[in-house]
Amino acid sequence: MLGLLLQVDPAGAHVAAAGGGVRDTAIQLIYLVSGALFILGLRSLTRPDKAQRGMQQAAVGMLLAIIGTLLHHDIVRYDWIIGGLLLGTAIGYPLGMFVPMTAMPQRIAVSHMFGALAATLVGVAEYWLLRGDVPRPTMAALGFEVLFGAITITGSFMAFGKLQGFITGTPITYRGQNAANLALFAATVGIFVFLVVQPDHPVLFYAMVACALAIGVLMVLPIGGADMPVVVSLLNSYAGLAASATGFAIGNTVLIVCGALDGASGLLLSILMSKAMNRSFGNVLFGAFGAAPEASGAAAALADRPVRSTSAEDAAVQLAFSREVVVVPGYGMAVAQCQHQVRELATLLEKRGAEVKYAIHPVAGRMPGHMNVLLAEANVPYDRLFDLDEINDQFDRVDVVLVIGANDVVNPAARTDPTSPIYGMPILDVDHARSVIVLKRSMAAGYSGVENELFYDAKTAMLFGDAKKSLETLVAEVKAL
Amino acid sequence: MLITLLFVFVLAAFVGYEVITRVPPLLHTPLMSATNAISGISLVGSLVLAGSNHGLVATILGFIAVTAATVNVVGGFLITDRMLKMFRSRLPGGGDGREKQEGGSR
Repeated sequence: MLGLLLQVDPAGAHVAAAGGGVRDTAIQLIYLVSGALFILGLRSLTRPDKAQRGMQQAAVGMLLAIIGTLLHHDIVRYDWIIGGLLLGTAIGYPLGMFVPMTAMPQRIAVSHMFGALAATLVGVAEYWLLRGDVPRPTMAALGFEVLFGAITITGSFMAFGKLQGFITGTPITYRGQNAANLALFAATVGIFVFLVVQPDHPVLFYAMVACALAIGVLMVLPIGGADMPVVVSLLNSYAGLAASATGFAIGNTVLIVCGALDGASGLLLSILMSKAMNRSFGNVLFGAFGAAPEASGAAAALADRPVRSTSAEDAAVQLAFSREVVVVPGYGMAVAQCQHQVRELATLLEKRGAEVKYAIHPVAGRMPGHMNVLLAEANVPYDRLFDLDEINDQFDRVDVVLVIGANDVVNPAARTDPTSPIYGMPILDVDHARSVIVLKRSMAAGYSGVENELFYDAKTAMLFGDAKKSLETLVAEVKAL
Repeated sequence: MLITLLFVFVLAAFVGYEVITRVPPLLHTPLMSATNAISGISLVGSLVLAGSNHGLVATILGFIAVTAATVNVVGGFLITDRMLKMFRSRLPGGGDGREKQEGGSR
C-alpha cells in the first residue's frame, strides 16, 4: 500500500527488486539523517546564540526528507505534487515572512491546523484506499491519526478564532456542557474500539472523523483567552501525535520520530503552563475559569478602598531617579503593541544610570514565551529577561516595578487569600518592591475576575490610560528632565 | 515491524522530553514554531499519496495534504528563523561583559 517503505514489490523482477531495495535503503538513510538533524535543531534551542543555525540545519533535514520521499517507487506522477508544493509555498511564505510578532499566538494556532489537516487527510485516504480491508494494527494507527488530527483541526481553528478575536475570548458555557462533551467523547472512543475489532465499516469511520471534528470545537468553546497558552500547547502535542500515528499507519520512521518530538514538546509546554497557573489539565479544559466570577466578600471590601492614581509627570520623576527598575509585561503590552516604547523608556533610564530588568511570568500573554518574543522584537537583549524563579527573590532590592498590562500574575491574593480562585498560583512578588507603578486602562478585574489588592496597596500608583500613550508621555517626560 | 516502530516512538519521545526540558522559557515561542515546522514532516506521507496513481479522490486528498504540510514547512521554518534572528542579534555598543564574551566565542 501507500507507505510501507520497507516492503519490496514481490511481483517485480530480481533486478528491479534489487534496485528498489537499494533505493529503499537510501531513502531510509536519508530519513535517518533528517531525523538526527531535527533533534540537533531542537537541541540548539537550548542556546539562544546557536539556535538560528541549528534550526537552519533542521530545515536542510526537511529538504532531505522531501527529496528522499520523491525517490519513492510508489510515486509515478509529479503534477499534483508540484502543484501542492507551489501552492503551499505561496501560502506559507507570507505566513512566515510578513505576520507581525504581535500576531504570533494566532499564527501558531492556525499552523497546528494545517499540520493536522495533512495528517488527517492522509489517514482518510489510506482507509479509503484499503476499502475496509484494514489489518487491525493499521486500523488502530489510522484511528489515532484521524482522531488526534480531526480534534486538532477544529480545535486549532477555534483557538485561532479566539486569539484573532472573531470568536469571543470569554468562555462559552451552557448547562450540561461537560456531560454532553463527555458523552460525545465516550461515543467516539466506542466507535474507535469497534472499528479496531471490525475495520470494515466505512460509515462508522467517517462518523468517527465527524465526531472528532465536533469534539475539537466543543473542547475549545468553554476555554477563555488567558488559558490559551495551555490549549495551544496541547494542540501542538496532538498535532505531533497525529503525525506519529501516520508514521505507524504507513510504516514510516521519520514521521514517528518527528511526531514524538512534537508530541513531547507540546505536552511538556502544556504541563509547564498549567503548573504556572497552579491548575490541573482537567481544570483548564473543563473548569471554564472566570466564567462566573463570584464577588467574594474580600473583593467587595477592596472595591471601597481608595486607589492612588498618578500622573505621567510624577511617574517619570519617580522612574528617572531610580537605581533598579523591573518591568513586568502582560497581555496588555501585546494588545497595546507598546514593546518598542517600553524599550525606548528602558534605554533612557539606563542612560541615566539605572539598571532595568524584565520579569516574565510563564503565562503572561497568550502563548508560551509570548512576552520574550515581543521584547526581543523591540531589541531588548535577552540577558535582561528573567523568569519567575530567577527574579522573585530580587524584588525587595528594586526601587520601582513598572507593571504594563499584567494583572493576575502580580496579584498577591495568590499568596495570601486561600478563598481566591487563583490561590496557590506562583506570582511575581512585585509587592515586595519599594514602589509599584501600574499602567492600566481602568480598574477592571483581570482575566480570572479577581480583584487585585496590589492596586490598592499604599506603595502602588496607578497610571490610567492606553499603555502606548502613557509610555510615550513617560518617555517625553524623562527626556525633558 | 510494529514493535520496532513502537521502540522508535518511545525512544524518540524520551529524547524529545530530555532535549525540550532544557529549552529555556525565553525560547518557548520559537520552540513551538520550530516543532510546527518539523511537524510539516506529514509532507512525507502526503507526497506519496499525491504522487501515486490510486485514483482521483486519493490524488486530490493528497494534493490538499501536500499543500497544507508545505504551508507548515515553509512558513514554520521562515518564521522560526525570523524569531531566532531577533534573539541572536544585539544592539552594537550596548554590550556588557557577557555579551562581549559570547561575541568573541562565535
